[in-house]
Amino acid sequence: MNVLIIAARELRSLFLSPLAWTVLAVVQFILAWLFLIQLDQFAALQPQLAAQPGAPGLTDLVVAPLFASAATVLLLVAPLLTMRAMSEERRQNTLTLLFSMPLSMTEIVLGKYLGLLALFGVMLTMIVLMPLSLLLGATLDFGQLAAGVLGLVLLMASYAAVGLYVSTLTHHPGVAAVGSFGILLLLSLLDWRGAGGLFGYLSLSRHYEALLKGVFDSSDVIYYLLLTVVFLTLAVRRLDGERLHR
Amino acid sequence: MATWASDVTGSLIRVEHVWRYYGAACALSDVSFEVGRGEVLGFLGPNGAGKSTTMNILTGNLAPARGRVWIAGVDLLDEPRRAKRALGYLPEHPPLYRELTVDEYLRYCGRLHGLRGDALRRALDLAKQRCGLTAAGQRLIGNLSKGYQQRVGLAQALLHEPPVLILDEPAVGLDPLQMREMRALIRELGRERAVILSSHVLPEVQAACDRVLIIHQGRIMLSDSVQGLAQRMHASSLRVAFRNAPPPEALSALAGVQRAERVDEQAFRIYFAPPHSPADAIMARAAEQGWGLIELTPERVTLEEVFMHITREESAP
Repeated sequence: MNVLIIAARELRSLFLSPLAWTVLAVVQFILAWLFLIQLDQFAALQPQLAAQPGAPGLTDLVVAPLFASAATVLLLVAPLLTMRAMSEERRQNTLTLLFSMPLSMTEIVLGKYLGLLALFGVMLTMIVLMPLSLLLGATLDFGQLAAGVLGLVLLMASYAAVGLYVSTLTHHPGVAAVGSFGILLLLSLLDWRGAGGLFGYLSLSRHYEALLKGVFDSSDVIYYLLLTVVFLTLAVRRLDGERLHR
Repeated sequence: MATWASDVTGSLIRVEHVWRYYGAACALSDVSFEVGRGEVLGFLGPNGAGKSTTMNILTGNLAPARGRVWIAGVDLLDEPRRAKRALGYLPEHPPLYRELTVDEYLRYCGRLHGLRGDALRRALDLAKQRCGLTAAGQRLIGNLSKGYQQRVGLAQALLHEPPVLILDEPAVGLDPLQMREMRALIRELGRERAVILSSHVLPEVQAACDRVLIIHQGRIMLSDSVQGLAQRMHASSLRVAFRNAPPPEALSALAGVQRAERVDEQAFRIYFAPPHSPADAIMARAAEQGWGLIELTPERVTLEEVFMHITREESAP
């Protein structure tokens, strides 16, 4: 219950600042632009595709690239949405308020996290509405679409967890933004130029690509969930450590 | 320092042998005290003495390196959640969400303290009324003046009617009128609660508190009633001024005067050994000689002087 109270307050504060609105608008505009270009190309190619049996369809050529671009755009804007989560509480001294309330650290972190997820949920809905609008005149591969949406959800969940953790480390939203952007970019680039082995496996983007192709592998899902849990635990530990002696 | 009685049936706040370090620096050493119901304890000390550290420990914002804390009979370290229910805290900088309105903010705090529905509405109205915020409910906290923000912080602390109130420098940033209101409110709140109030301003503590704890370099130097403190602080100088100022020698010759020092054309500072004030003698002589006495004020002992006095006493063998 306390978690929901904190989450509701967090969401409200996010939407009371122009930042969330601006980010939502910019993301929507850019992705809509990319979506339209993809759609245009698909329309031009369609006569040839129709002639080939087993050719890639609308979902492959329009929806998957849209979600791939969404991941890149999110990498840039997610740190902006998460940067203030804890650093703002620290700056306004409201962390003291939360610490002296009958709350556990886990409740505080989960509340903040849920608030952030709700904002990402709004963004997700607006992104998914674009491919869904195609249903007015075409059919989609719902299995692949669902896998893509799941991938985007998981990606957002892990971005938010990383951002929340980094934001517990500092007073300065700017520092939090740069820090979480750095971590996210590094995690995405781990499999750069096809690096294999452990590093390749740890890469954020590799697991996402599989889901975009419509391949549902539970290990990909577990990877994101694990990443989320690890960073949320780090955030709880970090807040707990604040009370102890340094 | 005196060791405190360990029988604690009546005390709402009990602190026993608390230590705290910042790195290698010892911020609190062996701090023990208790506060009972109906008592307002003034926590007095220069900046950096350990007042805020103590308050942060009492409210669970910092963990002590050693020692124990009980709030309303519950061990704060073992059962933080239950202990914190009994706690209202106004930190040095009021913890406010500037983007919310006063009502939204207080409702948020009330919900986190487990208040719902009717109980929440009643608590909100009472807290706003007590802190003079009735008309400010719809205003954005960020747009309020410092004094009003302080009131919102206080309203947050007493919203859930906690038996223990901890107020860190509640009068900072208030104008003299608001300060008086704040003192009266603290007095009233202290009647059925245990209140700790920190300050580095002596008159504030004298006006609002029953008992005073002086903390200096992380140690409790003195624990006394406000009257007791006042006795320790007998002024040992007078400021006098005359229309026709006599030579200083004429003043130092008076009975009880240790030394007379010229401040300016008309004013002198007269030192004496308390409690034998030479005020009577000066008045009588001034009338007799036609000096034209225009000012006679016992000089206030500053907090720094009290500290120096007490620290000297402490270090004396």
